[in-house]
Amino acid sequence: MAAMNMVQSINLALREEMERDPSVVCLGEDVGVDGGVFRVTEGLFEKFGKERMIDTPLAESSIVGTAIGMAMNGMRPVAEIQFLGFIYPAYQQLVSHAARMRNRTRGRIALPMVVRAPYGAGVKALEHHSESTEAVFCHIPGLKVVVPSTPLEAKGLLTASIRDPDPVLFLEPTRSYRLLKEEVPEGEYVLPLGKARKVREGKDVTIVGWGAMMPIIRKAVESLEKDGISPEVLDLRTLAPMDFASIIDSVKRTGRCVVVHEAPRTCGLGAEISARIMEKALLSLQAPVERVTAPDITVPLPKGEHYYYISPERVAKGVKRTMSF
Amino acid sequence: MLTDDFDPLQGKMLSILDKDGNVNKGLEPKMDDTRLVHAYKTMAFARTADDKAVRLQRQGRLGAYPPSRGQEASQVGPALALDKGDWLVWAFREMGALLLRGVPLWRLYLYWMGNEEGSIFESEVNVTPSAVPVGSQIPHAVGISYAIKYRKEVKVVLCYFGDGATSEGDFHEGLNFAGTTRAPVVFLCQNNQYAISMPRKLQTSSPTLAQKACAYGFKGIQVDGNDVLALYAATKEAVDRARKGEGPTLIESFTYRMGDHTTSDDATRYRLADETAYWTARDPILRFRTYLERKGLWDEKREKEWAEEASRLVEEEVRKAEGHAPPALDDAFVHTYAAMPEDLREQLEFMRTDLPPKKEG
Repeated sequence: MAAMNMVQSINLALREEMERDPSVVCLGEDVGVDGGVFRVTEGLFEKFGKERMIDTPLAESSIVGTAIGMAMNGMRPVAEIQFLGFIYPAYQQLVSHAARMRNRTRGRIALPMVVRAPYGAGVKALEHHSESTEAVFCHIPGLKVVVPSTPLEAKGLLTASIRDPDPVLFLEPTRSYRLLKEEVPEGEYVLPLGKARKVREGKDVTIVGWGAMMPIIRKAVESLEKDGISPEVLDLRTLAPMDFASIIDSVKRTGRCVVVHEAPRTCGLGAEISARIMEKALLSLQAPVERVTAPDITVPLPKGEHYYYISPERVAKGVKRTMSF
Repeated sequence: MLTDDFDPLQGKMLSILDKDGNVNKGLEPKMDDTRLVHAYKTMAFARTADDKAVRLQRQGRLGAYPPSRGQEASQVGPALALDKGDWLVWAFREMGALLLRGVPLWRLYLYWMGNEEGSIFESEVNVTPSAVPVGSQIPHAVGISYAIKYRKEVKVVLCYFGDGATSEGDFHEGLNFAGTTRAPVVFLCQNNQYAISMPRKLQTSSPTLAQKACAYGFKGIQVDGNDVLALYAATKEAVDRARKGEGPTLIESFTYRMGDHTTSDDATRYRLADETAYWTARDPILRFRTYLERKGLWDEKREKEWAEEASRLVEEEVRKAEGHAPPALDDAFVHTYAAMPEDLREQLEFMRTDLPPKKEG
């Protein structure tokens, strides 16, 4: 086992799946010769060649649309969109075809494909490089949406996504790419899709998050513990289909819930989670479900990003609001 | 017509000023001396400003930045053909064109420093804000030109984009639409040979980008992109055609990005040193300087004076940008809609109390 960051663990997952299964190919802008703008595909071009590490023209709709065609004809493409903010030309392909092909053909045509995209703020980037628009995709029946939070998680979840029989949007938190290193095993390591991870046991409140919010939540928990609060923490891992059962189970025990997301509040996933809790665990609640989210504004450019981005302090405050309700 | 004499389908490229500054007298455009000197000074100033931006980024004083080095003629030359009131639509690597149109440098620095106020241009300048998603501004240019035609104004739109943009749907849809409206728009493709790491020849199988115009029913021309006179001449002809209601033109400016895609990129990973050396010998500023010197419009003394003046002006603009007030919390909210919805106002009030004490932006 080697200690690696998320860029390296994703690279490892891609390499091993490409070695294991010749139908797996990667395509996207700068994924080949350049090794990806974040170096996620570094070395794969040299190992697998241009037939399997496809540098595409600059055309997102074609990257996803071509991946759909490949998947229709026996391949398992892993498409890369350079930043989630650039995926919108491909939105039609995702919504109108990727998400529907199985249903349209009554199960005759499946699309085992992955679309990888870095997402999220907190890195002081240019416009369109900071958005967290996962909810826009979770709303589309037929798409799976997966977000890893650590290097180890990324390996297991990406491997599962590549092997999954349905289209998966795999969102990689840019801020976490090189945030930490942890031991990641070589060889078979697969995590189930659709299952949340209990990061920490607690009894007072359930904190729900994913992706780049997990390190922020961890810091908040450190300060909350000092104040004698014992939070349970869930990392959702898969946003669609979501593991509501684990959330409900936890909230039934703690009686409180705080959802943390860096996306804007309105129609964010916090709203869906809150509604599910109300439906299934209303009588266990000791406080309304609290949402710690960005406000409903465009992500500011770097000079104003701190007005937008979630801080551990805001998470801790949100938890305390539910505790003192 | 240059577009007839230099047909991209015949493999012809318009060149007026060669790499050593020799001019083709038969094609030399008529420009008055003041305009020529102004063009040169703008190109030299743009390079000083561009180099400074890269240094500021390295010092952590400016965010990720896309350098323009080597594309000064490609940016300034076409914009020289515009009149007051004409429109300029750009992507993100057109600093020279913006400076020529009168956008103050400190605004551009402010933008790259990560402040939205860097996208405020005085209305008489008719410059759109940057459009980072590649090619996405092209249909906007078509719409702006449609409005010009609709109001029977005698104005044109000059729309810049790069070679990578020609693979995007917005390019094809925009040019196709423009062809049908015959609206007054000139498409200026800065083919700098790379879309990040993707070389032009892998971007499309077309021998030229200029010939793509044929499919949309209007003229295209490939121009030496480091030759400011050729770019001016080709754009002037296209602009005149547009003003007469004869529709759009696609100009491919065949140039080279001397620097990295942005300061986050490392171009040595995908291109060879001898290629860069080839283009260094074709520098757009050096050949134009030689031309002006031979015309008696420029000399060593003026060069030295302008270099010093340009550096001084650039430092002044940096100070102005760095001295600009950072955005307030309200600034992040108030421009979401014309009138702030009650719910958003509540969110703003909540954020005032919920945000931790202010950190440096």
